[in-house]
Amino acid sequence: MVTARGLDGRTERVWAALRDVPDPEIPAISVVDLGVIGAVDVSDERVRVDLLPTFVGCPAIGVMQTEIGERLRSLELAPDVEVRVVFDPPWTSERISPEGRERLRQSGFAPPAPIRGAGLTGLDELAVLPVAECPYCGSRNTTLDNPFGPTLCRAIYHCADCRQPFEQFKRV
Amino acid sequence: MTAAPPDLAVTQRDALAELLLSVADDEFVIGFWDSEWTGIAPMLEEDVATSSIAQDEIGHARALYELLADLTDDDADRIAYGRGADAFRHASLLNHARGDWAFSVARRYLYETADAVRLEALARSSHAPLAALAAKMRREETYHLMHAEAWLRRLADAGGDSRQRLADAVRRLWPDAQDLFAPLATADEAVGRGILPSDLAELHRAWQERVRPALEPIAGPLPDAEPRADGRTRRTDDFRWLHGEFTSVARSQEGATW
Repeated sequence: MVTARGLDGRTERVWAALRDVPDPEIPAISVVDLGVIGAVDVSDERVRVDLLPTFVGCPAIGVMQTEIGERLRSLELAPDVEVRVVFDPPWTSERISPEGRERLRQSGFAPPAPIRGAGLTGLDELAVLPVAECPYCGSRNTTLDNPFGPTLCRAIYHCADCRQPFEQFKRV
Repeated sequence: MTAAPPDLAVTQRDALAELLLSVADDEFVIGFWDSEWTGIAPMLEEDVATSSIAQDEIGHARALYELLADLTDDDADRIAYGRGADAFRHASLLNHARGDWAFSVARRYLYETADAVRLEALARSSHAPLAALAAKMRREETYHLMHAEAWLRRLADAGGDSRQRLADAVRRLWPDAQDLFAPLATADEAVGRGILPSDLAELHRAWQERVRPALEPIAGPLPDAEPRADGRTRRTDDFRWLHGEFTSVARSQEGATW
């Protein structure tokens, strides 16, 4: 993660504060580990953070904007705080940090399978895999029940070994 | 939601606005038709899937309406819920009620394949916010397209009544599907400025070349068909009913802050 030094460490304080803001749908993971934070720009007048939605239609975008804005305002680093929703660069499942992937697994979600290559152009590789590793027992004796799950970003699988249904954070 | 209004010449702004409205209305209306399956789809997994796809499409429409609202100093909710049925600019393919499951599968296949062709072009748009949004939408639409292709194969391979209903729906919807590429009044300006990097006739050809080999073995030879000049202004009683539904809550408390 790029944390440009400058402005007396204010940029670092913004990143540290963002690590306290949980994802509203999976609170075990922070917005930083989820990879939805893009550019952070701090000046004397304004703190501006780019928010990259996981899915364009994600209903949690507004909640994230509010929670990030409130957390950053509490730092009192600048008179103005802006949380912009942008699609450039696009969020992809490659943006989830290694720690974030582990936290997903601990919460019962299979992390998304990696996308080979650059990840930004290989649309053919986005296909949901027929098998995902079970986050409970580690088995790969699993089957895809539905590429569409309870939220836009999750698919549903079933583990034949521990007989648990589980969700995978979609590769996108 | 995003950037300040871009500094564009009036003709360029009008061309961008017309294009955005046509794509946004397509996504919005098909999203609402999909949502008509929530609770009554033929299988539980499909209930979840159609509802999820509907949410994606309406979310795409929201993002496009917000780009449009930035451009025209309007409000995305007003554009979505404050217009009369005749002001919508979706293609005539989306004028039909959901029909039976085979009809919805046929429509979704026709729509998703056309949308894939269109998004590939829009991801190269000279208007950067539209290009970025289209690139992001493409990644999500890939899942919709896989879903539509899987169901097309499933109903066709089942034979009998499934295959017959699917074939009938494809033949019935074929003329209206062309209208996803219906001419826009400002299309020359949009193409000339690179806002729409390929012209609609070229996209239409690319789409037909892609779908004929998949559909003709199921539905038989499909006639020559071209997009119609009024392909985005035709309205039906089915759509008027849907419009009454999706505006009913907004109309019940006009001017309310939700």
